[in-house]
Amino acid sequence: AMLRASLRQVSAALKEGRVTPTELCQRCLALIKSTKFLNAYITVAEETALKQAEESEERYKRGQPLGILDGIPVAVKDNFNTAGIETTCASNMLKGYISPYNATVVQKLLDQGAVLLGKTNLDEFAMGSGSTDGVFGPVRNPWSYSKQYKENSVPKSHSEDEESNWVITGGSSGGSAAAVSSFTCFAALGSDTGGSTRNPAAHCGVVGLKPSYGLISRHGLIPLVNSMDVPGILTRCVDDAAVLLGSLAGHDPKDSTTIQDDFKPFELPNLTDVSELSIGIPKEYHAPGLSSEILALWSKAADLFKNAGAKVVEVSLPHTRYSIVCYHVLCTAEVASNMARFDGLEYGHRSDKKESTESMYAATRREGFNDVVRGRILSGNYFLLKENYEKYFVKAQKVRRLIANDFVKVFRSGVDILLAPTTLSDAAPYTEFIQEDNRTRSAQDDILTQAANMAGLPAINVPTALSERGLPVGLQFIGRSFQEKQLLTVAKWFEKQVQFPMIQLEEVKRHDSSVFQHQKSASFS
Amino acid sequence: QKVSVEVLDHLEHLALVDFRDSEGVERLQKAIQFADQLHEVNTDGVEPMDSVLEDRCLYLREDDVTEGNCSKDLLENAREKVEEYFVAPPGNIPLPKLEERDTFLQGS
Repeated sequence: AMLRASLRQVSAALKEGRVTPTELCQRCLALIKSTKFLNAYITVAEETALKQAEESEERYKRGQPLGILDGIPVAVKDNFNTAGIETTCASNMLKGYISPYNATVVQKLLDQGAVLLGKTNLDEFAMGSGSTDGVFGPVRNPWSYSKQYKENSVPKSHSEDEESNWVITGGSSGGSAAAVSSFTCFAALGSDTGGSTRNPAAHCGVVGLKPSYGLISRHGLIPLVNSMDVPGILTRCVDDAAVLLGSLAGHDPKDSTTIQDDFKPFELPNLTDVSELSIGIPKEYHAPGLSSEILALWSKAADLFKNAGAKVVEVSLPHTRYSIVCYHVLCTAEVASNMARFDGLEYGHRSDKKESTESMYAATRREGFNDVVRGRILSGNYFLLKENYEKYFVKAQKVRRLIANDFVKVFRSGVDILLAPTTLSDAAPYTEFIQEDNRTRSAQDDILTQAANMAGLPAINVPTALSERGLPVGLQFIGRSFQEKQLLTVAKWFEKQVQFPMIQLEEVKRHDSSVFQHQKSASFS
Repeated sequence: QKVSVEVLDHLEHLALVDFRDSEGVERLQKAIQFADQLHEVNTDGVEPMDSVLEDRCLYLREDDVTEGNCSKDLLENAREKVEEYFVAPPGNIPLPKLEERDTFLQGS
């Protein structure tokens, strides 16, 4: 039950001595073992985690904890560098790569005493919206094994059907979302370039925060799109996300794209009066393919604000439907550039071919990258060809400005926060999801999340309700640049109103596996 | 209009990544088709946007040495090395011409 507490609750428990850091760490590690079938973790850093927990315990004994994060078990997406721990980006290209340094955000967590349990699974190089395309296999959504899903899914599940019925986590930070959702950690880091933190957060029923571009350091986050990437925060409640934000935000001299403004960590007020608030409902987010369920939920949420006295207005972001196309060009172009560093010389996989540098590079990349990555590199190179540069790349940059300006206009018109769905539907079964290719899926699934990355705005997914199938559905709030406090305050108010149910995970009985040992301490009852 | 074999070959050469099979080429064709939708947007008089932080100055630090001396750590992850050098195969040997190459493009 302690594992189901919020980060702040468990931190208080640690401070009061009701639980020790090593106990907490051991329980999380045991739960990770018994939920191995979720495939949320690529690497579990058991030894170092226990060591960190012991050190934390010493500090608590001396009455000198480093802060609210001291002793808290966390997980980190496997595209962040972690010193001494393998960092793979779920790709053959980086299998066996042991980072020589910690990403700034990782260092910050460790400096505050957090216990790093391990690295979570993702789509290869964070390219994808399902967490299904990594070399270590797909991540399973913990809700696939929930009472809520089982009671509502068709067909009625028998143990054989359970195997084929499981749903995806969404992506690309699916492992992190699954880890938080299944209680194996109290917070996890993801990354968000086109929605990769908010999408799996919505499907896994957790809070997913995409901070403003420039607020949190990207140093050590293996880059996908330098002008859009941000580290993402996944937690079980909005207050916890504020805690993480407080410990991670701020200028980093090692990332010159972080703003130099002073950042002050904040506690979220308990908003009671929303009459001063103006909520914008972007009409173009009623996108084709949006499920009627989510549409209804969105409408209900708007009414919630209206009935509470807030001003709720329909707004227009006219270039919304081009944001995916724009992203497609800019992303592949930046990817083509960022992936050029993987040549086998300094790190990562290296082919045995030795006839020439070029043939070695080509073979290394042929062997190391999956189809999705290679496809994006090739597309990116096409758009960057001299004859295509103006037509595609520069054109996309111009459209990007139009998209960003859409938001500026809306926020200038008096709207404080935008309210929109995060995903088009609840999580799809894996067997259904893989019937379309990665690019098609990404294009479909990123539609609602992508524009915030284009404009660099902060956005947060708040779990809202369960769908008819018993799966989580989330809604997202998008705020003004660097106005995270306002964004999170509103999100917290909304979270309190909707009272999203806790996942009821049942003990999973597997008849075939002798590896899976049911451990009393790790059962969910 | 389909992308010519010359351009496909050029791309493989630039990217040092191969299309692997006709599916890979189809993927590119679809990607281009998808991107063509951009041309529906009127961008007259609009400046391209490089970064959302374009109104700010990037942080520039003082030109002082604050870290380094980590060649041992950096060499750890390299497969082929000699003393403090990364070892690469010979450099100025171009990839074989299209006709001689071992990609699927040969013969199409």
